[in-house]
Amino acid sequence: MSQPFRLTQGGRIERDAPLQFTFDGRPIHAFRGDTVASALLANGVTLVGRSFKYHRPRGMVSAGAEDPNAFVQLGHGPRTLPNRLATVTAAASGLEVRHVNAWPSLDFDLMSAFGLAAPFIPAGFYYKTLMWPRRLWPLYEHFLRHAAGLGHAPNAPDPDRYDQVHAHCDVLVVGAGAAGLAAARAAEQSGARVIVADEQAEFGGGLLSTTERVDGLPAPQWADAATSELSSAPEVTALPNTTAFGLYESNLVLLAERLHTDQPDNAGSESGARVWRVLPKQIVLATGAHERPLLFANNDRPGVMLAGAISTYLNRYAVAPGSRAVLFTNNDAAYLTALDLADAGVPVAAIADVRSDPEGDLPAQARTRGIPIHAGAVVVQAHGRGRVAAAELCALDGAPLGTVECDLLGVSGGFAPALHLHAQAGAPMTWNPQIAAFAPRPSHDIHPAGAVTGQLDLASALRQGTSAGAAAAAAAGCSNGHTPAAPRAAETHTSDLEPYWLPPGDLARAKPQFVDLHEDVTLDDLRLSLREGFQSIEHVKRYTTLGMGPDQGKLANPLATGVIAQLLGRDPASVGTPRHRPAYSPVSLGAIAGRHIGPLADPVRVTPMQEWHQSAGARFENVGQWRRAWYYPHPGESMHEAVARECLAVRHRVGILDYSTLGKIEVTGPDAGEFLDRVYTNAWKRLRPGRCRYGLMLGEDGMIFDDGVTARLDAQRYLMFTSTSNAAPVLAWLEQWLQTEWTDLRVYLTSVSEHWSNIALAGPRSRDVLAAAGTDIPLAQKDFPFMTFREGHVAGVPARAFRISFSGELSYEINVPADRALHVWEALFDAGRPFGITPYGTETMHVLRAEKGFIIVGQETDGSVTPDDVGLGRLLSRRKDFLGKRSLSRPDSVRPDRKQLVGLLTDDPARVLPEGGHVVDTPGRRRPLPMRGHVTSSYFSPVLGRSIALAMVAGGRAALGERLYVATLHDDRWLPARSCHPVFYDPEGARQHV
Amino acid sequence: MLLIPCPWCGPREDDEFTFGGEADIPRPADPAALTDEQWADYLFMRDNRRGHHREQWCHTAGCRRWFIVERDTVTNEILGASIYGDSP
Ligand SMILES: [Zn+2]
Repeated sequence: MSQPFRLTQGGRIERDAPLQFTFDGRPIHAFRGDTVASALLANGVTLVGRSFKYHRPRGMVSAGAEDPNAFVQLGHGPRTLPNRLATVTAAASGLEVRHVNAWPSLDFDLMSAFGLAAPFIPAGFYYKTLMWPRRLWPLYEHFLRHAAGLGHAPNAPDPDRYDQVHAHCDVLVVGAGAAGLAAARAAEQSGARVIVADEQAEFGGGLLSTTERVDGLPAPQWADAATSELSSAPEVTALPNTTAFGLYESNLVLLAERLHTDQPDNAGSESGARVWRVLPKQIVLATGAHERPLLFANNDRPGVMLAGAISTYLNRYAVAPGSRAVLFTNNDAAYLTALDLADAGVPVAAIADVRSDPEGDLPAQARTRGIPIHAGAVVVQAHGRGRVAAAELCALDGAPLGTVECDLLGVSGGFAPALHLHAQAGAPMTWNPQIAAFAPRPSHDIHPAGAVTGQLDLASALRQGTSAGAAAAAAAGCSNGHTPAAPRAAETHTSDLEPYWLPPGDLARAKPQFVDLHEDVTLDDLRLSLREGFQSIEHVKRYTTLGMGPDQGKLANPLATGVIAQLLGRDPASVGTPRHRPAYSPVSLGAIAGRHIGPLADPVRVTPMQEWHQSAGARFENVGQWRRAWYYPHPGESMHEAVARECLAVRHRVGILDYSTLGKIEVTGPDAGEFLDRVYTNAWKRLRPGRCRYGLMLGEDGMIFDDGVTARLDAQRYLMFTSTSNAAPVLAWLEQWLQTEWTDLRVYLTSVSEHWSNIALAGPRSRDVLAAAGTDIPLAQKDFPFMTFREGHVAGVPARAFRISFSGELSYEINVPADRALHVWEALFDAGRPFGITPYGTETMHVLRAEKGFIIVGQETDGSVTPDDVGLGRLLSRRKDFLGKRSLSRPDSVRPDRKQLVGLLTDDPARVLPEGGHVVDTPGRRRPLPMRGHVTSSYFSPVLGRSIALAMVAGGRAALGERLYVATLHDDRWLPARSCHPVFYDPEGARQHV
Repeated sequence: MLLIPCPWCGPREDDEFTFGGEADIPRPADPAALTDEQWADYLFMRDNRRGHHREQWCHTAGCRRWFIVERDTVTNEILGASIYGDSP
C-alpha cells in the first residue's frame, strides 16, 4: 500500500475496508471513511489544482466545505460532476477524479506562461485592458475561456432523476457538530419534530477531529452515540451528506442531499441528489466557524494549511499532511494542532505567535512538550516552488528571525463564524471584537449555537446547543416539561486572540500575498481597488472579484474585512462583509430543477380529439400550453399547398376545426347582465336569451384586453368565450373586479373551458353536414339565424350549437361535453364525407379570418390599441360607463395620427409581406427613417389568388389607397403596396347570413 | 419565498398566488366627471411605499379568492391578511 503519509494507527477510517480510485488516471489507495482529499494527502499528492488566474500550484487548504483550491471534476460523460470539493467528497471505489483549470496537464502548465510573462495581472485588468481595441476581443475571449476554466459541463443530458422533498418540522438544526447534536437532542427531548442536516458523510463535525472528551467518552464515540440516538428517535429526520445551501424569507431552507455517495459517479442509481424544501418553525444554526488564513508572501503554496485542518487530517483520517511543521498563529487554536502533530510524531520546528505573551492552557502544554515558541513573531514568506520548503520568520518590528525548514505550514488567524445562511436572509449580524469577526445576532426564530456565535470551546458549544434546542422547541410550541441536561466537556482556559491583518511595515509590500486563493485576488489588488476609489466592500468585491468563486469566499471574505479596515484606517465593523447569497456550496442544477424538466417543465394541454388529429397526419403548433392542429398535409404536400386546399374547402364546401381551446366562462347570477355591461364596451342587459353578441373587453387604460362572443343562455346565465391564450387572465381579471370592487353584485364565474369541447363547422355545406350527422335542432335560417344559439342534440349527444363565424362563412360552433367530443367529431366527419368535408387547422383559421379583417388579440393588438384603432368604435356604448371608457377620451387616445388597422395589397400579388415588417412612406437610406406602422398579419389568400396583409398604420384610415412600402429583412428590399379597407373578402357579410 | 396566509386556505407558498398591486384604490364612482389628471392619478400612480404596505393577492392556484395582505416591503415580513369587506 503506497500511502506514505498514512499514520499507522488512529483515525476513523476503516483499515479493513481498503479501496482504490484514480486521480488524473493515477491509482490512489484509500480506506472507507476517507475523503478524496485525505486519501490524496495519504498518498503524498499535495498538488490538487492550479489557480484561476495565474495557474499557480495549489493544494488542500482545509478539510471542509470552505476550501478555495480543492475543486475537482468527478466522473466522465453525462454523469460528470464539476466543481466538487475533494475535501467533502467521500472516497469511493472506482471514482474518477480529475484536476480542473490546468492545461494541458497539472504538472506542466502552459498557462502559467501567462503568469511568467506578466507575473501579476492587476484587478480590473479585464475591464481596462481587454476592452480595446474591440476587434481583438475574439482573440482575448478565446484565451480567457481557456484561462477561466472551472471544470467542464457534462457532454450529454443528465440521465439521473432528481427528486424534491417538501418538509415541515418544528426545529431544523443546521450542522451536526457538538452544538448541533446537543441542540437536536434537546429539541427532540422537548417533544419537537426535528430535522438535523450536516454536509459531511458522518455527523459529529469537529468532534470527529478532536482528542477531547464528552460526558467521559472520547468525543467521536460520544458523537456516534448521540447520532444513533437521534437516528432511532421517531420524530427526528437525520440527514448526513446534506448541505443547507439557502435560507429565504419565511425561513424556507433549501437542503441539497447527496445520495449514493458510495457509488462512483452515482452510476446505476436513479437519483444523484435531492433538494429538500423545508419550512421549519424554528431554526438552530450550528454551522460552526471557518478558520481564517493569514497573509504572507507565497501564502498560497501547497503545504500551507489551516491549523485546524491539520488536526482533522491527523485525528480523523490518520494522515500526516507533512513531515515537518511550522505553525503561525494569533490565537490558541494552533497549539492544539502543535500537540496533535507532536502526538503523531510529526516534528513541530517552530510556532510563530503574533502575541507577545501567549498564556493559557494550550501554550503551556506546548512549552512543556519542548516545542519552540516565538512570541511576538510572524511568518512573512513561504519558500519553495511546488511546495513549501521553509518559512521565513520576523519579529513584529520587522527584525528577521531566520528561516525554518518545513513542508507543512499551519496557519490560524482566528475563526470567523459561518453565518452565511443567517446573512442570506438579511438577518442582522454584529462585529465581535473578541474574535475579530462578524457573528449572527439571534432572532425570534433563528437560534445560533456553538462556534457560529464566536464561542469556540467544546464545553460552550454543548451548553449553547442544549439551550438553543430547548428554546427553539419551546418557541415552536413544544414543551413537555422536560429540561434536557447539557453534555459536559472539560473547561479550558484560553487566552485572547490578537487581530493580525497585514505584515509589519514594508513586509506588507512583499509579493504575492493572496487574500482570495480561488479568485487569485492579492493584497495588491485590494490596495489598487481602494486607491481607485472602490472602497465599499461591495465595490471591492466587484472590482477584484473577491469572494466570487464557487467557494463563495468563505475564507477570503472574513480576512478581507480586516485587511481593508486596516488599509483604510477604519473600524472593521464599518467595513462590513459582502452580501451573502445562496448557494452556500455548489449544487447540481439537476437537483434544483428536480422533476420539473422535459414534459413536466410545463404541462401540455391537448383536446379530446388529439389522437384523431395525429392519425390524420396533422402538424401541430404550440398556443400557450395548448398543442393545436396547425394543418393537415396530404402526402407530398407542402404547408402552403395544404393550407390553400383547406382554405378553399371551407370557402367552397365545408371544413371542420377543433376549436376546443377557446376559453369558456359561465357568468351566472341576477346581476350577470349588469356585470357584463361594466366589463364589455357594448350593452348586454337587453340581449335576449338564445342570442349571441361579440364583445370587446378593455383595460382601465382603454386598450383592448380581450374579445369574443358571449351568449345569453337564460335570464341569469351567460356563456362567455375568451381567446385561447387569455382564458386564465380574463377569469382572474373578472374575479378581481367582482371580489374587490363590485362586491355587491350577485354574480358567479365558473370556468368551463375543459368541460365543453368546441367543434366548428364552416362553409356553405355546413348546414347539410350538421343535418346529416343527426340533430333535433331546427336548422333553417328562420329557426336558427346568425348570432343565435340553440340547445339540443348532435349525433345523439347533448349539445349547444352557436351560429357564429370566425371565417365569414355559414358556420356552426358546436359545444359538446368533452368526454363525448371525439364521438361527435367523428360523426360529423363521417356525415361530411359526401360533402367533401376537410379538417383544417389554426393556419387556415388565421388566413380565413384575415380575409375577413377579423382581429386577433395579441396579433393586431399589443396592449396599446384602442377599439377605434382597429375600426371597432361602433362597439363603444355612449349610454353607460364601462371599464376603460374614461381613458378613451384622454388626449393621447384621440390623436388623429394613432396607428389604425388597414389592409395592405402588394403591387406584386405573389409576394407575401413579412409579418412585423416596418411600413414607411418613402424608402431610403436616411436614418432614422420615419416609420408609419407595422404589418400585423400577412398571408397568401387562396380564394383571392393573391397576398393580403393587415397593418397598423399611423393615420391610415383617413388615407386608404395610399402608396406605402414595407421593409424586408432578408434581401434588404422595400416592397411597394397600397393600403385598403381591412376586409378583403365578402365585405357585405352576405355569406354568413345564409 | 413568501409564506402567504390565505384567509380561506391557510399559509401557502407564494407561487400559488398572483400579486395584484396596492390595495385600497377604489374605482372612481363617476369616471366621466374626472379631469385627465385625476383619472391618470387613479390609473397610473402608486405609492411604492417603504415599510408597511397593504396589497392585493389572489390565491390563483387555490381558492381563487382575492384578499388583502399587509407586508413590510423592507423585511418582507407578512403582518396579516384580511378578507374584503372586513375592516382592517
Ligand atoms: Zn386560498
